[in-house]
Amino acid sequence: MSSPAAHMTLIREILAGIAPEAADCDIPGDADVREALDLDSMDFLNFIIALHEQTGVDIPETDYPQLFTLDGAIAYLGQHDRS
Amino acid sequence: MREFRMPALGADMESGVLAQWLVKPGSAVSPGDIVCVVETQKGAIEVEIFEDGVIEEILVEPGTEVPVGQPLARLDGGPAAAQGAAPELKPMEPQAGRPADVQAAPRSPAAPAGPPPEPRARPARALVTPAARRRAAELDVDPETMTGTGIDGSVTLADVEVAARRPESVKRPPQELAPEARPARGFDKSAMRAAIAAAMQRSKREIPHYYLGQAIDFSAAQGWLEARNADLPPASRLMPAVLLLKAAALSLRAVPDLNGHFVDGAFRPGKDINVGWVVALRGGGLVAPAINGVDRLPLPDLMSALRDLVQRARAGGLRASELSSGTVTVTSLGERGADRVMGVIYPPQVAVIGFGRIASRPWVVDGQVVARPLVDASLAADHRVCDGRLGGLLLAAIDRHLQKPGEL
Repeated sequence: MSSPAAHMTLIREILAGIAPEAADCDIPGDADVREALDLDSMDFLNFIIALHEQTGVDIPETDYPQLFTLDGAIAYLGQHDRS
Repeated sequence: MREFRMPALGADMESGVLAQWLVKPGSAVSPGDIVCVVETQKGAIEVEIFEDGVIEEILVEPGTEVPVGQPLARLDGGPAAAQGAAPELKPMEPQAGRPADVQAAPRSPAAPAGPPPEPRARPARALVTPAARRRAAELDVDPETMTGTGIDGSVTLADVEVAARRPESVKRPPQELAPEARPARGFDKSAMRAAIAAAMQRSKREIPHYYLGQAIDFSAAQGWLEARNADLPPASRLMPAVLLLKAAALSLRAVPDLNGHFVDGAFRPGKDINVGWVVALRGGGLVAPAINGVDRLPLPDLMSALRDLVQRARAGGLRASELSSGTVTVTSLGERGADRVMGVIYPPQVAVIGFGRIASRPWVVDGQVVARPLVDASLAADHRVCDGRLGGLLLAAIDRHLQKPGEL
């Protein structure tokens, strides 16, 4: 589970669980997923919780902004996911 | 002979469609058990019973539209036939005998009023994400029977895909394929819009609103949150909204005239502080299910209750009592919302407390302008019950509570 492609799949699955339209639409890698999918604060927290639970990566609150985009989230997991 | 009746799930509801029975004749029920699912303008709602007894006869078949107050089932046995006049008949009145009180009072006086997280007699029903539910319908599998790997064990799209590839294990039993027997867990957008419009028209017609607003320095609360959350895994972290909610509930203790219902020309104070929390639904619409006894809930419990409530509001699975037990409403616009909100009161309640987006703005400290995270708190309240002076006390109390986040 440490290749960028695997991370991408995981991220999209989690987002589709939160926002159904994520399953169908193409989100640009540099777009803010909160805007693209109309995620509120709790949706985004649920996204972080699921990422943490499924990768074991600890994501401190201060790092949240690095995961606002798909590119950012994949880069972040690539750096921190040692599984 | 006692009757279990179609409950009124809000000021605007006239009827609902009985979608599914979770009991059958001979089933023993006790207070808090979910006995059926009702389709309303607010989506599919799980309806609890508030009496002990045995279901003797089912009076209404799934798929039937039933007016509020009409008997759905007869029950027998159990104590106190005198209580038989189904208390959920008048769910809008915060007096003894209404569902939330039955839940909160007699069972365990030591414990705080029962909010969602400990569903005592809730049938084992999976949380299913909307995408998963839609896909499950396409694949003709039953998401309710799957093991979820998502948030809080919810069934996700991936779970459905995996399950559908397996043999017959999760295929729906044929007798459950009849559409009227399967509650559609979504909501009808135009019906919900009509329900919101009806409630808000009544509010604007009947309630002489007054409005107050106050900017509050959120830096103490934010600092406390950051320090606390830094040591915790994501699932244990608190959101700012939880502090706002708790501060509002504690403040209502000091201003009880803002917590309760205005019914039949008189204000009836709420016994507990049951806060309706406004949840925006994906694709439009909103619903404000209540968390009971918010002022007595520790912050982590409140956070869990909030997550549970929001998830169920969006996925379907709110309970009837949650839609009728609110004694006040709180709305928080969140990090991507507007700066401030002036609410419309949800009748028969008499107040709505609003919080805008928390944002860094200029603030004067010791004669110097400094940048501080501020939140705009607002109150819309009913002039038939109180005046702005009292409302001002509430906002001042919220401010005070937010300056001491460790005591929330």
